Amino acid sequence: EVDLDERLSELDLRNDSDIPDIPPATDSTPEILKRALSGLSARWKNWWIRGILTLAMISVFFLIIYLGSFMLMLLVLSIQVKCYHEIITIGYRVYHSYDLPWFRSLSWYFLLCVNYFFYGETVADYFATFVQRREQLQFLIRYHRFISFALYLTGFCIFVLSLVKKHYRLQFYMFAWTHVTLLITVTQSHLVIQNLFEGMIWFLVPISSVICNDITAYIFGFFFGRTPLIKLSPKKTWEGFIGGFFSTVVFGFIFSYFLAQYQYFVCPVEYNSETNRFVTECEPSELFQMKKYLVPPLLQAVLGSETVNMYPFQMHSIALSTFASLIGPFGGFFASGFKRAFKIKDFADTIPGHGGIMDRFDCQYLMATFVHVYITSFIRGPNPSKLLKQLLILQPEQQLSVYKALKSHLIGKGIL
Amino acid sequence: ESESENKLDGETASDSESKSEFGGPPPVPTSDDTPEVLNRALSNLSSRWKNWWVRGILTLAMITFFFIIIYLGPMVLMTIVMCVQIKCFHEIITIGYNVYHSYDLPWFRTLSWYFLLCVNYFFYGETVTDYFFTLVQREEPLRILSKYHRFISFALYLTGFCMFVLSLVKKHYRLQFYMFGWTHVTLLIVVTQSHLIIHNLFEGMIWFIVPISCVICNDIMAYMFGFFFGRTPLIKLSPKKTWEGFIGGFFATVLFGLLLSYVMSGYRCFTCPVEFNNDTNSFTVDCEPSELFQLQEYNIPLVLQSVVGWKTVRMYPFQIHSIALSTFASLIGPFGGFFASGFKRAFKIKDFANTIPGHGGIMDRFDCQYLMATFVNVYIASFIRGPNPSKLIQQFLTLRPDQQLHIFNTLKAHLVDKGMLGSLEDA
Repeated sequence: EVDLDERLSELDLRNDSDIPDIPPATDSTPEILKRALSGLSARWKNWWIRGILTLAMISVFFLIIYLGSFMLMLLVLSIQVKCYHEIITIGYRVYHSYDLPWFRSLSWYFLLCVNYFFYGETVADYFATFVQRREQLQFLIRYHRFISFALYLTGFCIFVLSLVKKHYRLQFYMFAWTHVTLLITVTQSHLVIQNLFEGMIWFLVPISSVICNDITAYIFGFFFGRTPLIKLSPKKTWEGFIGGFFSTVVFGFIFSYFLAQYQYFVCPVEYNSETNRFVTECEPSELFQMKKYLVPPLLQAVLGSETVNMYPFQMHSIALSTFASLIGPFGGFFASGFKRAFKIKDFADTIPGHGGIMDRFDCQYLMATFVHVYITSFIRGPNPSKLLKQLLILQPEQQLSVYKALKSHLIGKGIL
Repeated sequence: ESESENKLDGETASDSESKSEFGGPPPVPTSDDTPEVLNRALSNLSSRWKNWWVRGILTLAMITFFFIIIYLGPMVLMTIVMCVQIKCFHEIITIGYNVYHSYDLPWFRTLSWYFLLCVNYFFYGETVTDYFFTLVQREEPLRILSKYHRFISFALYLTGFCMFVLSLVKKHYRLQFYMFGWTHVTLLIVVTQSHLIIHNLFEGMIWFIVPISCVICNDIMAYMFGFFFGRTPLIKLSPKKTWEGFIGGFFATVLFGLLLSYVMSGYRCFTCPVEFNNDTNSFTVDCEPSELFQLQEYNIPLVLQSVVGWKTVRMYPFQIHSIALSTFASLIGPFGGFFASGFKRAFKIKDFANTIPGHGGIMDRFDCQYLMATFVNVYIASFIRGPNPSKLIQQFLTLRPDQQLHIFNTLKAHLVDKGMLGSLEDA
C-alpha cells in the first residue's frame, strides 16, 4: 500500500527542480476567434487574442460602471470568490489533497464565515436606516461579532474533529493555505468595496491606473525594452517600468480631471431607504472643486500661463498613480514567484490568452489596501454612519448626555 | 546541490514511522532540562513519581509567578503578555525552520522578526491611541504618529513585503513561500490573540484573570479526574484524555469560576477598567464599580431551593457571566489543545520547545488560551460593554460641520421618538 503521506513528504521537501510540472493548460480560446485569426502567424495570433480579450474586459468594466454601485459590488464579490477558488484549486493540485475528508466543504464554509463577518462590519453601516426598521436585522447587527465568531468556531471544531491519522500534515497545510488565501483575497476585496462607497472615483482611478501601467509598461517594453528588470519576470524591462510610470501618472491626471466633474463618480454612495436604491448625489467636497494653482516657474515657460485650474483630487491621483507604477508591480512579482514556486504557468484558464482571474488581479491587491489606507489617513475622518450606529446603541442616559454635549458644541461653533 | 538533495531525501518519514527527522541546527526537544537542584532532591523516587513531582513543582512555581505579576500591576502584566507572545512566535517559527531545513534561507530570519515588529507596532499603536488619547494629543511627535498611524504601519509592512519579493532565490522559491505563509499564519494566531488579551486586561483585570484561571483549572481538574476515574477515551488525537476527565473538569471549572469571581468582584483593583492618569503618568484602577459588580438578590429556582435551603441568594451579576466563560473554557477551549496536539503529531514533535521542564514550551501551556482570549473579547464587545461615549464625542468633533449637523438631528429625532426629549424641546 502506497503511503500517501510519504509520497507527499517527498513532494514537499524536494528541491524546486524535482517537482513534476502540472500539465500545461488546455487551449480554451473560443472557436470563433480561432477561425477569424487562422490566417495569421502564431505570434500575431496570440497578440490579437490578448488584444481582443483586453478590449472585451474593458468594455465589460464600462458596462458595469454604467449599471451602478450595486452591480459593481456584486462584480467585486464574484471576482473574490473566483480568485479564492483558483488559489485553493492550486493548493489541491500541489498536495493531491482533492479527496481529503471534509476539506472542500470546510474551505467554502470558511469563505462564507469571513465574508459574513466583513459584510456585517462594513456594509451594514451604510444600511443603518434600513436596519433600524427591522427587528430581526437589529438583533443580527447587535450581536454580529459574536455570531460570526460562533460560526468560525464551528468550522474550527469540525476541522479538529476531521483530522485523520495518516493525513495530519496535509490537513494542516490546507488549513493554513485556506487562511492565507482568505487573508489575501477576502480582506482586500472588502477594502475595494469600502473604497467604492467612498465614491466611485476612488474605485475607478486606482484600478485604471494599475491596468494602464500594465498596458503601457508592456508597450514601452515591446518597443524600447532592453535592460531586464528582475530575474523573477524576465519579460519586464527597466524601459518598460519607467515609461509605464510616466504614462500612468499622466493618464491618472487626465482621467481624474474627467471623472471629477460628475457627481455620479465623486459622491459617496448612499442607500436611500425610501426608494430602496443606491444614490450618489451630494454637494461635491472640496477635493472636487476647481482651484487655482500657481505653476512653478520651471513649468511656466512650458505651459505658457502662470496659474492653472485643477481639482485638488488630481494631486492625490499623482500619489495613487505613483504607487500603482512603482509598488503595484511587486504584487505581480509576488504572483510570478508563486507560480514558479508551484510550477504553474497561469492560475487558471478562465480568460483565453490571459490566464485566470487572479492573473489579472494580482497587482490590484496591494493597490486596494493602499487606497484604503490613503483615504483613512489623508482624506476622510471617521465614518459618520458608523458613528451614528454606535450612538444609537448607547444607553438612553448616555445618549442624552452626549446629545447635550453635542448641542453645546454646535451652538458654540455657530452651526446651530 | 546534491548534498541538499540527500538531506531532503532523509525527510521522507510518513506519519506512521517514528524516525527522527531533524538534521538542522536548532535543538531537538528531548534533552533533560530539569535543574540540578530538583534532580538531586528527587533522585530517590521512581521515574514515574519523579516526573509527577517535577510537573507539580513547576506548576506551583508558574502559579506563584502569576500571582506575583498580578500584584505588580497592569504595566508588568502587559510586558509579560508581550514576552509570552514573542516566545510563542519564536517557538513556532523555529519549528518551521526545522520542518523545512530553511534555517539558512537568505534574509528569512530577519524578515520574520521584522514582520513581528510591524504587526506589533500596528496593534500597539491602535491600542495606545485608544487608551492614552489625552497623552497622545499632548505630545507633538506622538500626535503625528497617531494621526498617520495606519499609513506608517502599512508602509513598514510593504517594505518587508518588497524585501521578501526581492529576496526570492531561484532554487528556493517554494520554500520561501512556505516560510512566508508560515510566518503570516503564526502572526495571525499569536499576535492578534495577545492583543485581544491586553484589551481584555484594560477592561478590568478580572476579565484577564478569570478566563486564564478557568483554562488552567480545567487543565488540572480534567487531568485529576482522568487520573482517578478515567476510562473512556475522548478523542483519537490525544489518547490520554478521557470523557470522565472532560465532564468532571467541566463541572469543577464552573464551580471554581463562580467562587473565584465571587472573591474577586469585591475588590476595585480587579473590577475597574485600567486607566492612564495624565497627571501622575501611571495606571490607575479606581472607579465606581459598575452594575456587574454590585451584589444583587437572585431568586433560586424551586428545584434547587430544597437542596440549598434558601429562597434567595446574593450574587454578583458577573458570576452569571463567569458561568459562560467557564463553560467555554471547558467545552471549546480543549479544541485549541487538540489543534496543537494534531499540529505536533503532523510535524512529529513531542513538545513545542524545552523551556519549562516537565511541561515543554511556552506554547504548550498557552495553546488552550488562544481561543479563550478571542472568546472573552468577543463576549465583552457583544454583551458587556457598549461603545465609549467620550470616545464617540471625540470622533464627532473631527467630522465636518454638515456631517455633525446630520448626526445631531438624527440623534435628536431618535431621542424624541423614545420620549426622552419631549419636554425639553427648546432652542
